[in-house]
Formats: sequence, C-alpha cells, structure tokens
Amino acid sequence: MSFVFWLLAAITVAGGLAAVLLKNLVHCALALTVVFTGLAFLFLQLDAQFAGFAQILVYVGAVAILVVFAILLTRSSETPKDGGVFSRTWGVGLVIAAAVFAVLGWAVLQSETGLPHETAVPNVTVQLIGNALMGRYVLPLEIVALLLTAAMIGAVIVAMHEKGDAK
Amino acid sequence: MPEKADQVFLLLRDWLVGFLPPGWRSAAGVVLGVIGIIAVFPGLFAITTVLERKGLGRMQNRLGPNRVGPFGILQPIADAIKSLTKEDIVPLNADAVVHFLAPVFLVVVVFMGFAVLPVGRNMVLVNMDSGLLFYFAMGASTEVSIFMAGWSSRNKYSLLGAMRAVAQMISYEVPLLLSSVVIVMMTGSLSLVKIVEAQNQYTWGLPHWYIFTPWGCAAFVMYAVAATAETNRSPFDLPEGESELVAGYFTEYSGFKFALFFLGEYLAMLSISGLGTTLFLGGWSSPLALLNWVPSWIWFFSKVMLSICVLIWVRGTLPRLRQDQLMNFAWKFVLPMTLLNLMVAALWRFMGDGWARWVACSAILLLVYVGAGRVGMRREHFGPRTYRYAE
Repeated sequence: MSFVFWLLAAITVAGGLAAVLLKNLVHCALALTVVFTGLAFLFLQLDAQFAGFAQILVYVGAVAILVVFAILLTRSSETPKDGGVFSRTWGVGLVIAAAVFAVLGWAVLQSETGLPHETAVPNVTVQLIGNALMGRYVLPLEIVALLLTAAMIGAVIVAMHEKGDAK
Repeated sequence: MPEKADQVFLLLRDWLVGFLPPGWRSAAGVVLGVIGIIAVFPGLFAITTVLERKGLGRMQNRLGPNRVGPFGILQPIADAIKSLTKEDIVPLNADAVVHFLAPVFLVVVVFMGFAVLPVGRNMVLVNMDSGLLFYFAMGASTEVSIFMAGWSSRNKYSLLGAMRAVAQMISYEVPLLLSSVVIVMMTGSLSLVKIVEAQNQYTWGLPHWYIFTPWGCAAFVMYAVAATAETNRSPFDLPEGESELVAGYFTEYSGFKFALFFLGEYLAMLSISGLGTTLFLGGWSSPLALLNWVPSWIWFFSKVMLSICVLIWVRGTLPRLRQDQLMNFAWKFVLPMTLLNLMVAALWRFMGDGWARWVACSAILLLVYVGAGRVGMRREHFGPRTYRYAE
C-alpha cells in the first residue's frame, strides 16, 4: 500500500465526511465532487484508465451538476436546519450502516479466494472492454439503455403540464 | 537538418536534462515539458487577445486598440498590469472559499487538457492510450467551476448566467463527444498520437486528413458548432452576453480573478481548437507531401491559430442565439445528425474502396441535412411562446 494510495484514501474519506457534516447543502455537494475525483484517482492508481476517466467524465461532469441543480431548484440552501446536521434517530442509522458494511465486506472477502492467484496484473485496454460490452455483455447493455430511456421519459412526463390543467 | 529543426525542442530538453544525475532525469524532463506548456499557451493567449480586439474592431468598422505599441501589439502587457494592480472586491454576502476556488479550479482543469495534445512529431507531454477520454473528462470538469462561480457570488444575475452556461455546456457536450467518436471508430484507437499518425499518409501528394472525407467533414462542422458552444463563444454566448446579463457568472469578479477567468476561457478555446486540429485537420502533419521539411510544430500552431481566426470571425459576424433556440438546435438537429454520421461512417467502412462510397455517403449526408433543415423551418407558428415540457 503505497504513499499515493494513503493520500488519495485520506482525501476521499475527508471529502465523504465533509459531505455529511457540513451545514451548507451546496458545500456538501461540492465535497461529494471531491469524493468522486478521489475515487477516480484510485481507479487510475490501479491502472484502470478507462474506469478512472469515465468516472470523471460521468460523475464530476454530469452527476455532480445534476445534484447541484436538484438542490438549487427544490429547496432553499440558505438556511441550515436548526438541529444541526445529526438526526434524532442516529442510533438506528448507525446499526443499518454497520449491517450493510458487514454484508459488503463479507461479499468482497469471499470473492477474493475464488480467483486464481495471478502474478501479473491483467492489462485491461479499452479494446477489451469494448469487445466484452459488444460480445458477452450486450444484453445487459441494452437493458440498461432501455432503463435509462424509460427514466428520462418518466422524468419528462412527471414534470410536464397536462393539457387540461390551469397553468 | 529538417529533422533537427523538427525535434529542436526535444533536443533542447535532452541537453538540459543531461546536466542532472540519472535518477532525476525523467522527472526533470516532465517538468521542462510542463514549463514549456505554461510558457507557450498563455503567450498564444496574449496574441489571441490582440488579434480578437483588432479583428473585431476592423469588422465593426473601427480601429481596435492602437495606443500601446505599434498597432496595439503590446496591449496584453497593459492588460496584465491593470489586472494585477486592480482592487480585488469580494461581496460581503459571497461565499468566500468557493468564490476563491472557482477561477483556480477552471485554470487547473483547462491546463490539464493540454497534456495530451500532440504538438509535434514525438512531442506530447503524456502519451496516454485513452488520451481523448482524458481530454473530455477535463472538459466536463469546467462546468463545475462555472457553477461554483455563479453560485458563490450570491447574485441573481450570476446564478442565472451560470445555470444557462451549464445547461448549454451539457447540451453541447453530447454532440461534441459523438462527433469525435466517429474519428475514434475509423482510427481504432483513443490515443491522440495514433490518430495523428493515421492521418499522416499521402495519396497523390494530398494528405489523408479526416476533414477530406464526407463523414469527417460533417463531423468537423458539428464539432466546430459544439466547440463554439462549449467555450461560450458567440453566437452561443448568451451566458456571458454583455447586453443581457451584465457579465453573467463573472459579474462579481474583479482584478486578477477576472483575468484568471478570461485566461481560462481563452485557453479552453485554444485547447479545443488544438483538439479539433488533431482529430480532423491532421495535427502536426503538413498539407502537401513536398512540404514535409517544415517543422511539424509550426504546422500545428498555424492550424490552431487559423481556427482561432475563424472563431473570431464568426464572433464578429453572426448574431447571438437565444437560449431556447440554442438548446433546440443542439437536441433536435445536431444530435440526430451526429448519430446519422456514425451510421454513414460505418457504411463507408463496409462499402470498400472506390468512388461509389464517396458519392453514397456525401449524398446521404447532404440530403438529410437539407431535408431536416427545411422541415425544421416549416413548423414556425407565430404567437405567444408556450413550452409543454418545461413549465
């Protein structure tokens, strides 16, 4: 575990903590952007070039903007809540978060012993990813595309006015 | 001798780095490359500001700046001194940290984009396999900085300008990427170095630049439109239009921070022209096989400055588009044309060599362009504007 990894992990965790502890909601969204870039650099450190750059392009370039627009257009981000940033039911939240972390940790640790021990890092190029997407994983790709189209059409329908409604 | 002139900057770097112990040489080489980029591109920015002000002035039948040097050439120096010594006003209600970070973030992200542009033969700072993806990732990050600038000023005009700018940039991001995907499809690689090398071949003395193919020419036009919109240049400059919104998202910035925004915007323009040159105009390759003795970096910078002159020319000539007009144009016209262009490029590939594929592909693209344009212009009903999906 090199120095670069610890530095990036520290930045990501600090951004995540800032995203839940800051009072101003737009500041939280910007801290979330820092988390996304930290994750992208972690991908790059693992030599996954496509995943890292796609993370920046999609998360920082589009999802972060979406989060910020949603905050601006729906609630007033000027006045923070009176009770501080912690909710009253923080105990239950802690238990649920610990349970989810335990399940994910168990799944990750279990899968590691299933892989054969490889000495060389596999060189995943964009061409391999493309071949896999168009070959073996083409059905999930098309299903995800349908899902995204349905989500977009649904968003437009929810937001538009019916013809008979008074404006 | 022509090879030495071509590689002169690399030879200079190797000579300078040779003074250091061997362990430090590669890092020092990279640092020298970065210093080169930081020296050259802001220098081009200074030349661009003079060119723009004089060019726009002559197009509007007036002289541009002509006091500072002969024909106003030293104007950028005067501008730099002014912006450094001007008082830096931050509004009392503004969010100080975000207000400070916005121009810094913009300039950092724009400079990162220059790292993957091949400015000459063997002259690229970082030779990445997915160089084009890196470039677009950096381009997408500029939207965050514009939003930060507009929101932190706590000013209705800034926020409105920022939201318009971000909406415009996101809308035109898709045609920009799709028109570049055609080039990636025909080259087979995301690496910008390989894209230029694929264009560096000559048939009957003429080069294989992608702009000389039907799908490449259509993609170039769409790329140019999307690039003009991405950098908020006229005719797409409603977010920063002087007569519309005071100054849009830079309203509350003065002095050096305004200069940083200005630098960021013009560097983005240079950077996107550089990418357009690499993808469509053959990068550093020369237009005719017999002009190969001219150094490659001279060709690259000439093509970039030519693109800048065209951008300035368009700014001086065309009127500004309204926000709903530019969004309609992006989603309803340019995006379907880019998808059609992808299919036409695939048709080109599968028809094999010969004159038939030129005729077929050009005919399809021209017919759809003219047809869609006529149909789009027909449905103009005049009356109060209503928006069914965006109330």
